[in-house]
Amino acid sequence: MWRLFYNLKLMNRVDFTPAAKELMDELRTFHGPIMFHQSGGCCDGSSPMCFALDDFKVGEVDVFLGEVDGAPFYMSSSQYDYWKHTHLTLDVTPGRGSSFSIEIPTGKRFLIKSRLLTNQEIENLPEAPRGKQH
Amino acid sequence: MSTHNRPELKPEYGNFIGGKFVPAIDGHTFDVHTPIDNSVITKVPRSNSKDVEAALDAAHNAFESWKNSSVTERSNMLLKIADVVEANHHYLAAVETLDNGKSIRETINADIALVIDHFRYFAGVIRAEEGTISELDATTVSVNIKEPIGVVAQIIPWNFPLLMAAWKIAPALAAGNCVIVKPAEQTPAGICVFMELVGHLIPDGVLNIVHGFGPEAGKPLAQSSRVHKVAFTGETTTGRLIMQYASENLNPVTMELGGKSPNIFFPSVMDADDAFLNKAVEGAVMFALNQGEVCTCPSRILVHEDIYEDFMKKVVERTNAIKMGNPFDEGTMMGAQASEDQYNKILNYIEIGKEEGAEVLCGGASADLSGDLENGYYIQPTILKGHNKMRVFQEEIFGPVTSVTTFKTVEEAIEIANDTLYGLGAGVWTRDAHEAYQVPRAVEAGRVWVNCYHAYPAHAPFGGYKQSGFGRETHLMMLNHYRQNKNMLVSYDKNALGFF
Repeated sequence: MWRLFYNLKLMNRVDFTPAAKELMDELRTFHGPIMFHQSGGCCDGSSPMCFALDDFKVGEVDVFLGEVDGAPFYMSSSQYDYWKHTHLTLDVTPGRGSSFSIEIPTGKRFLIKSRLLTNQEIENLPEAPRGKQH
Repeated sequence: MSTHNRPELKPEYGNFIGGKFVPAIDGHTFDVHTPIDNSVITKVPRSNSKDVEAALDAAHNAFESWKNSSVTERSNMLLKIADVVEANHHYLAAVETLDNGKSIRETINADIALVIDHFRYFAGVIRAEEGTISELDATTVSVNIKEPIGVVAQIIPWNFPLLMAAWKIAPALAAGNCVIVKPAEQTPAGICVFMELVGHLIPDGVLNIVHGFGPEAGKPLAQSSRVHKVAFTGETTTGRLIMQYASENLNPVTMELGGKSPNIFFPSVMDADDAFLNKAVEGAVMFALNQGEVCTCPSRILVHEDIYEDFMKKVVERTNAIKMGNPFDEGTMMGAQASEDQYNKILNYIEIGKEEGAEVLCGGASADLSGDLENGYYIQPTILKGHNKMRVFQEEIFGPVTSVTTFKTVEEAIEIANDTLYGLGAGVWTRDAHEAYQVPRAVEAGRVWVNCYHAYPAHAPFGGYKQSGFGRETHLMMLNHYRQNKNMLVSYDKNALGFF
């Protein structure tokens, strides 16, 4: 029973790697609290965008996937329809994205790695809420 | 097939503000790497809001006189720019190849050739344009005159650095605006060389280039209340952010935000083994053009089930024949991905596709080129077979990856084609005259290529439906996105109304 509870508690839709945490900490020293919004479309699309908290205005059209090390992570609901069975892990790659994501001057870029959610996760994860949750 | 020389660049370029190259006010620069082998090719300014303000000052000063420039003056200037680009066609193509990593045969035959054509097109259309005049009644006349909107900000992507700049700069200058361009930080070299060549043809302050990173230079430009219009090509989150800033300034914007373009092959394609079938097979392989880094990459192939086996066999054969290698070699068909983060993202998506159960028909991995190219970012052209609900069918990978699925009826083909968040491009291939008209009309996309693909001539408007954005480039329609309409309502009646 305890183990089941523990497993459920560990379950989430979005997680992060130690490298992502390190970069988030670096960004927070300059920008204060931060947030993420998963992008779609061309060029640097399909990548997570990082902003100072509330610099990007979250709307009712967005879905809250959870927090990564305290930073809220959102995605547009239309995109979420295709991603809802996917577990995301925020990671970091060297590289120079364009876009307005605040880590770009560091020469690193946030990247999403993903896997399909397990059946147990799909059954037990609560519905991802819409709109601003932070 | 010859190999072109790698062009020499200056060790450092400045921003181009007020008619001259200037360093960033704070003196910072950043290295520019070529994705061909990851070596440093030059440095450009790492600008911030101070440089953006300097460019805005220059643009606003210039606008005072440029707004009254004659159509002839603007047209002639665009023609001279085109002439200089044409005289340096192969040099600029080589710089673009070095900057972006794409093959020289594409930069010669597509990128730079189209840059020249777009400047000439906009030089031409403004000479033929006229305002309108209507007599509303015997003593009332309405006159419409187009006026430039003012100082415009243009944020340029890295996939066709000079061509995308030309798509935006040419109509904005033709319409009489002053422009501030923020090139992509991955590919800033081409526009530096372009400005070296053509800068003297443009009055000081009319065209300004500010280099730097998106959050440091792009953001203050997009946010500025001194900008009157913002044009952006990129992804959806930044598109929303720019619109958010524009809403604070009540500024108009145009957006081109990508797609997930369907390329539909009807059974009649296989009715004969002829030149048209050959063209259709090439049309399917167009996903590899520009290493797939095209907003309209035909990244979903929809094939009628009756021809699937025979048709895809030819497509896979043609894909496997794609020659990768030194992008400066004219025989190279596919060069390097533009950056390391793109490279990693594309490989990630190939893994997502495999995990979702897609079958790899060809490619499916990086291409490890040896020798001088071993540090570059090369990926094998990849075809995945699956179904339209998979993420590789729904998300823009922006790499040489396409996903194929089958359909049974025309209705199903249209349903799959439209089952996407985007609506930028689409391809329809058929020998049936009814399908060739009715299917494109039913596909929700701004550009439907019928029995062709990836053609971008000036004079045919290009832009998106749905989440692909709005605005129509490469056509005189774009001029009105950079202009105001002045309506003069003139009364020729001497008598008072009698109200007061």
